[in-house]
Amino acid sequence: MTAEAEYAAVPISVTVNGVKHDAVVEPRTLLVFFLRDSLGLTGTHVGCDTSQCGACTVHLNGRAVKSCTVLAVQANGAQVRTIEGLANGDHFHPVQQGFHEKHGLQCGYCTPGMIMTAVHLLESQPNPSDDEIKHALEGNLCRCTGYVNIVESIKWASEKMRKS
Amino acid sequence: MFPASFGYIAARSVEEALQLVAKHGEEGKLLAGGHSLIPAMKLRLASPRMLIDLGTVRGLSGIRVDDGHLIIGALTVHADVAASDLVRKHMPGLADAASVIGDMQVRNRGTIGGSVAHADPAADLPVILTALNASFVAQSSNGRRVLGADNFFTDFFTTAMTANEILTEIRVPIPANGTGTAYAKLPHPASGYVVVSAGALISRQASGTCAAARIAIGGLGSGPVRASATEIELQGKPLTPQLIAAAAAKAADGSDPDDDAYASADYKRHVATIYARKAIEAAIGRARN
Repeated sequence: MTAEAEYAAVPISVTVNGVKHDAVVEPRTLLVFFLRDSLGLTGTHVGCDTSQCGACTVHLNGRAVKSCTVLAVQANGAQVRTIEGLANGDHFHPVQQGFHEKHGLQCGYCTPGMIMTAVHLLESQPNPSDDEIKHALEGNLCRCTGYVNIVESIKWASEKMRKS
Repeated sequence: MFPASFGYIAARSVEEALQLVAKHGEEGKLLAGGHSLIPAMKLRLASPRMLIDLGTVRGLSGIRVDDGHLIIGALTVHADVAASDLVRKHMPGLADAASVIGDMQVRNRGTIGGSVAHADPAADLPVILTALNASFVAQSSNGRRVLGADNFFTDFFTTAMTANEILTEIRVPIPANGTGTAYAKLPHPASGYVVVSAGALISRQASGTCAAARIAIGGLGSGPVRASATEIELQGKPLTPQLIAAAAAKAADGSDPDDDAYASADYKRHVATIYARKAIEAAIGRARN
């Protein structure tokens, strides 16, 4: 077998934010680069690139995952949701609104990942305690705002989502 | 950062995966959740030429009861082990361990079978599964072998499985009434990996006497090590605070850990006695007659 054939690109079909995308990818393509470079969805950030920082967090079949540590081929047939898929037209998702209201960001680099993790948390646990929020954010690093306002933002969103 | 080029095949069955493993030999590598393998490939510590994906094989994940055991499919992710009612009811020590692996996103992708087969000496699950006397089902084209935890983790990143076998399920005996299980871990402050950890299974008779004890320690060697001196000290005696302290003090007996950049060998041996005591106390606290 030639090297070319052995490393053959693989056809995949991934539904991202409700839109189905058919593509042919090199097996080593990481999901985060598929989203950013092939689909132009640059809201998902690459931070540490070593599955520590969580800036690349997206939802894969409803669960928060680090898209720098998932191969695009592993998302074949899956539903992916990114930060671009949260707002409903001009209306922010409550977690996005919470980060706005409570100033849960400074430079904003970690924010898409923080928000995607928080959305997953609140979808599985609508009324988390402060400790549960902090535990859920263990895999998301912020290097400027600090976490106090991020926790406040998520608490604000939790309340808003439970009232609506 | 991205891995060296490789080929990819999504296996549709264990049988097909076994054929692919045989075909590609040492150039092939099985992919489960990928949360150890993909980082290693990105760092070019591993450069397999062919990835054989088990994530596309149906029936390899899930938790069920069979013949006095919990049967956990190899592709079951840590988050599902941690949240499982069956696990929390019968062996909360396993839920303890699954819930402190990495972080939430890692637990949503990483699998129990991947962690066991990878056999990282700083991993959580090998330690608690040794304390729980789990066994591992290795399937090959010749049939299946059931390998006990005590003889499974043979060296750093090395198990008793052969290259032509696939780990398909983990079998954990459901502890009898009066038994408690627990896991306690000192994580590295940056990586979250185990510096030292302890898994405990303690059976307590209604009289308060220790009927059985299995204690495993992580971080002291190439894999989990049984704290045999601690187990012997507890066996058949009333579980008083004095006995627990005396037994836990022997948790590092016979071990010979290495110094590393974070912790000296002496420190690890000392911390092992502390975490053994925490795990034993928590296990006893959960034992219900």
